[in-house]
Amino acid sequence: MKTRMAGVILLAPLACALAQGPGGYNPVGPGVDLAGNWGPVFHEDAHERGPGPELVNYLGLPITDGARMYGLAWDASRFTIPEHQCEVHIVSYIYRGPYNLRIWEDRDPVSQKLIAIKQYIDNYQQTRTIWMDGRPHPSEAAPHTWMGFSTGKWDGNILTVFTTHLKWGWIRRNGLRHTDQATLTEHFIRHGDHLTHVSILTDPATLTEPLIKSQDLLLRLQNGQTWLYPCEPVVEIERPRGTVPHFLPGENPFLHEFADLYKIPVEAALGGAATSYPEYQAQLKKAGAK
Amino acid sequence: MKIWSATIFLACLPAISFAQAPPSATSEVETLKVQGNVYLITGAGGNIAVQVGGQGVLVVDTGLAAMSDKVVAAIRKLSDKPIQYVINTHVHADHTGGNDAVRKAGLTYVGANVTGNLTDAGVGAQVYAQNNVLKRMSAPTGVQASVPFGSWPTETFLSGRKQLFFNGEPVEIIHQPAAHTDGDSLVVFRRSDVVVTGDIFVTTGYPFIDLERGGSIQGEIDALNNIMEIAVPGLQDEGGTYIVPGHGHICDQPDLLEYRDMVTIIRDRVQAAIKKGMTLEQVKAAGLTKDYDGRYSAKSGFGTGEMFVEAIYRGLAPKK
Repeated sequence: MKTRMAGVILLAPLACALAQGPGGYNPVGPGVDLAGNWGPVFHEDAHERGPGPELVNYLGLPITDGARMYGLAWDASRFTIPEHQCEVHIVSYIYRGPYNLRIWEDRDPVSQKLIAIKQYIDNYQQTRTIWMDGRPHPSEAAPHTWMGFSTGKWDGNILTVFTTHLKWGWIRRNGLRHTDQATLTEHFIRHGDHLTHVSILTDPATLTEPLIKSQDLLLRLQNGQTWLYPCEPVVEIERPRGTVPHFLPGENPFLHEFADLYKIPVEAALGGAATSYPEYQAQLKKAGAK
Repeated sequence: MKIWSATIFLACLPAISFAQAPPSATSEVETLKVQGNVYLITGAGGNIAVQVGGQGVLVVDTGLAAMSDKVVAAIRKLSDKPIQYVINTHVHADHTGGNDAVRKAGLTYVGANVTGNLTDAGVGAQVYAQNNVLKRMSAPTGVQASVPFGSWPTETFLSGRKQLFFNGEPVEIIHQPAAHTDGDSLVVFRRSDVVVTGDIFVTTGYPFIDLERGGSIQGEIDALNNIMEIAVPGLQDEGGTYIVPGHGHICDQPDLLEYRDMVTIIRDRVQAAIKKGMTLEQVKAAGLTKDYDGRYSAKSGFGTGEMFVEAIYRGLAPKK
């Protein structure tokens, strides 16, 4: 009896270890597995995320006066300039569009420690690295990129990512841009086959408050096929060298278009932090009543 | 008193590190690889590019004089080969202040017949610049020069481009007439695929159009468009040709594009205001740079949006 008891005690740790995984020892680490192919769900903001936003629709965006002036000067004809044609949607904006997203882990082959979580976004063929090994962000003198430099950490089962070294890029692709000094905080939250992505963009030059957006993705069972995005710029309109299409201050011909279509005041269409809060609806009704 | 202030301000201009506080002697320099054979040294005033290879070292700009010991030490960490060439992108002291020290840390290889007669011919590196840089640093005999002799360029070219082949790659020094100043040069490393722009392009502020030293808004825009044409973006519009600006971070063509657009748009606005007959004061009060001030304007003093607008206005308005 004593011998049997001793045997059970001795074998118990082994049995527990085996129960943790087929490798014999599979300690529980932080976070969850995000790996797989994901596709966005367009139940939110479908109009803006698909066909695109209307011109001079800045509603709900906490933009500065300077950012608004930038937007009003922006002429969509700028896309006819070859150098603008292949411009990538910046990481703070790219998750809004149609795309396929592949996520995988990059682990040290010897220690199996997580080095990075990588993402491939087929829209603009972007590969993104989220460093998980605690490395610091590079010097400000380092190049700024479309995907920026990202480091991540697990907050429970939420992957929180902080990104610097961004280029200038879209706040909304109707002329509103953030600068290369912007920073981005993101949360990737998995619920089974559902992934929620929350982004918080900060840029004092163009935003008076952080811009918070969310979008959802679903796990896809089919494998990714030709997820490519070749882009070759061409001269679409012959122009004198160095021409930059833009509207002079006060001369944007589309100023009233969106506001008139939806029968809202132009002031609302021009955005600002106030227009992002529910109270603004009451304010608008009040103004309409006068 | 006002005249004195203006005189002191203008005299100090070459030493101003545009839109950045000048580094103190305790500041540290930082070295980053750009690509190929080219490195960037920051923190010594204007950006410094260093090309290293089997033949030796070529340095583009030398930072502030006060930082030259640290600059030479940083170069020595990259290579122990002789510094053979220094190239100045323009005259300002935050880019040329270390000329004397960096030059002295190098050498020039000369033939035996030369050293036989001129015993100091091989002392120090050669310093290349467009001829107007030398003209603005030097002075006729009997007149006090603005910069000591040891910092002057030793080799100049008049216009067009000067070409070298060093460390296995063509190096082109391309004059950009009347841009930031009248002596600006781009330095293009053709194999490494790097363009060094001097202060024609900075990421830290608006361009400083130094009207007193022959700069002009149209020359500035022409130069920015020239760089646009030299630089080729890489796959998915990123990387490819790297651009080292006069101040700020390493860039590629999309970064330059945003800046070129900004300068062109503001020029167009000022031009339109002049056509309407607006005075300088009216134009300055019109807020024509408000969309870019949050990113590029100094809060006050040197490097404000108003100052940029004034330089454009003075360059474009009909002379009375």
